[in-house]
Amino acid sequence: MNKFWIVLAHTYFTKLKSKSFMITTIITALLVFGVTNLNHMIELFSKDETKTVAVIDKTGELYEPLKAQLKTSGEKDIDLQRFKGTEDKAKENVQNGEWQAYVVLGYDDKQLPRAAYYAMTVADSDTPLQFEQALQQLKTTLATTKIGLSPEQVKELYETVVFDKVALEKNAKTEEELNQARSLVYILLFAIYIFVLMYGNMITMEVATEKSSRVMEILISSASPVQQMFGKIFGVALLSLTQFIILFAIGYTSIKENGELTAILGFEQIPVATIVYAIVFFLLGYFLYATLFALLGSLVSRIEEVQQMITPVTLLVVVAFFIAMFGLGNPEAPFITVTSFVPFFAPMIMFLRVGMLNVPMWEVALSIGLLVATICFFAYFGAKVYRGGVLMYGKSTSFKDIKKALQLTKK
Amino acid sequence: MSLRLQNVTKRFGDFTAVDHLTLEIPEREMFGFLGANGAGKTTTFRMILGLLDPTEGEITWNGKPINYASSHIIGYLPEERGLYPKLKVKEQLIYLGRLRGLDKQTIIKEIEYWLERFKVPDYANKRVEELSKGNQQKIQFIASVIHKPKLLILDEPFSGLDPVNVEQLKAAVVDLRNAGTTIVFSSHRMEHVEELCEHLCIMHRGKPVVHGALKEIKRSFGKKNVVIHADFPLDDLHEFPGVVKAKTTAEGIHLQIENEETSQRILSHIVAKGFIRKFALEEPSLNDIFIEKVGASYE
Repeated sequence: MNKFWIVLAHTYFTKLKSKSFMITTIITALLVFGVTNLNHMIELFSKDETKTVAVIDKTGELYEPLKAQLKTSGEKDIDLQRFKGTEDKAKENVQNGEWQAYVVLGYDDKQLPRAAYYAMTVADSDTPLQFEQALQQLKTTLATTKIGLSPEQVKELYETVVFDKVALEKNAKTEEELNQARSLVYILLFAIYIFVLMYGNMITMEVATEKSSRVMEILISSASPVQQMFGKIFGVALLSLTQFIILFAIGYTSIKENGELTAILGFEQIPVATIVYAIVFFLLGYFLYATLFALLGSLVSRIEEVQQMITPVTLLVVVAFFIAMFGLGNPEAPFITVTSFVPFFAPMIMFLRVGMLNVPMWEVALSIGLLVATICFFAYFGAKVYRGGVLMYGKSTSFKDIKKALQLTKK
Repeated sequence: MSLRLQNVTKRFGDFTAVDHLTLEIPEREMFGFLGANGAGKTTTFRMILGLLDPTEGEITWNGKPINYASSHIIGYLPEERGLYPKLKVKEQLIYLGRLRGLDKQTIIKEIEYWLERFKVPDYANKRVEELSKGNQQKIQFIASVIHKPKLLILDEPFSGLDPVNVEQLKAAVVDLRNAGTTIVFSSHRMEHVEELCEHLCIMHRGKPVVHGALKEIKRSFGKKNVVIHADFPLDDLHEFPGVVKAKTTAEGIHLQIENEETSQRILSHIVAKGFIRKFALEEPSLNDIFIEKVGASYE
């Protein structure tokens, strides 16, 4: 068997069997399962929790309409109680935990409703909001009746305006489609970001461990550094795909089962193309950064130096991610278009564009072409540095070492 | 079948690590490669293994250049010891053995043989980080010979081992040589080289300063040693004509003399002075030669 495959298989299986891989996979799987079932979980925890709120109605006439209004808005968690006692007594009841809060209703000088909400803390923004909205409705009704508008007229007044956004370009995504695409692209961008960083780091650690434990000396005398470097990079790529597929399968089935969330996120129809692009761009991004990470890993002699060495490259990934986050809201910005062709950013930003817009095929091809060319360049360059780097020991913390490593491979 | 280095030079920028080195090491030979730290030994080894390309000259094994295609006939024990700390001994040796072109079944058989031989059969399922330094070294030695290489390069194979383990490893090395392996090894321990090697080369600043058969080297060195143990003071011998170096010891004196004849003159000089417990004319040790050749050029 070719030594490349031996290295690949060794890397893949030792990592796959390792405790850290199993633990991260299980934790992430639970996380994915949790997030995709978030609505169920929230329900689970907040089921029996009805809040008792007392109302002191100084006007004597607002309590009933308010109660009706709250009912129509579908609020079930609030148990409304009319309280005729003093405010001090009400305060006491809140303080001793009998009620969560009390509301004082009154009129302002224009004879329109006003209210104050008293609770131990106002950290819970949900309950006061319910009251505020109900009261707002009430106020509108009162105010309009006062100037003599009929309920029909009021309804007409508050009718939502019809505002359609129509894309003229053929095949352009509709507003609704765009919103759906956004959440999916966001999730996948995040996955690309995490995966590239995590597995890129793994590559550096692999190489640095072999170097710092000095097993490298035996390895390089048995298999060429190039075979080793690519065996490792592909082995870890396979590992990442394994993890990706596990997590994707869990996420996918769990979202499918959860109809409510599917509707919120707009996942009724998951565009297969977007998923395929995500995998393609993840792999391309991974290969680009992995060769860089392997190159840097070959230069360090001690594990402690790893972080320092790879920080510049890590920052590059982070910058790409932030540009992509900006692009989510404005995918057509010229800045986004330009950066989608820059190889270091392309894996995330071109993916963002193909996920959200209707990008001409030649642009995608050009971006991928540039990316592949850059990967080839760094693979070639990286292999050269790697060959010399693995022979170097001593303190190595700067990019000057690249030059030194290249010099070692010369005659 | 022989290893040939022809006019090999290696420069790193302005620094010349190896300077026009020519060696021929025949098959089944145990060749000692000596030199002070930084003399160019490791660089030479790395060139033989094909990890570095010589600036000038060529290195061939059996007439062909050495590269990764021939890695299954080459074994290497690097000076810096290291194995995967987290892997079990068996997994480790299987991986390294497969990289040398062996199949799993053969490797497992070899592992059993070697662990048995080194009297550590229960280490197979231990992780390397659990083993002591000396035992890790045994495992690494196994890794370098598991594929029965034709050419074996041992960089400081015995450093850091206790005497019992040194003997075990030495015996293994001799067995390999008898089985037909050509061995090049470096060591700072001259007595090991004297014991094991017929031919050797002493490097100094990239150049071979002594090269040839051990007996020849000793003979051509000319100088001999005289060891005297006597009951009377021998201090006047420090100034005796023909004495190169003298060192007073607890029981007498150690002399290095220019030639054999001097010893007889010394004998007649002291014979009447009192009781002589020991008077011995000895071959120079490799240590003497090494210090003379390498130390001298420091001045």
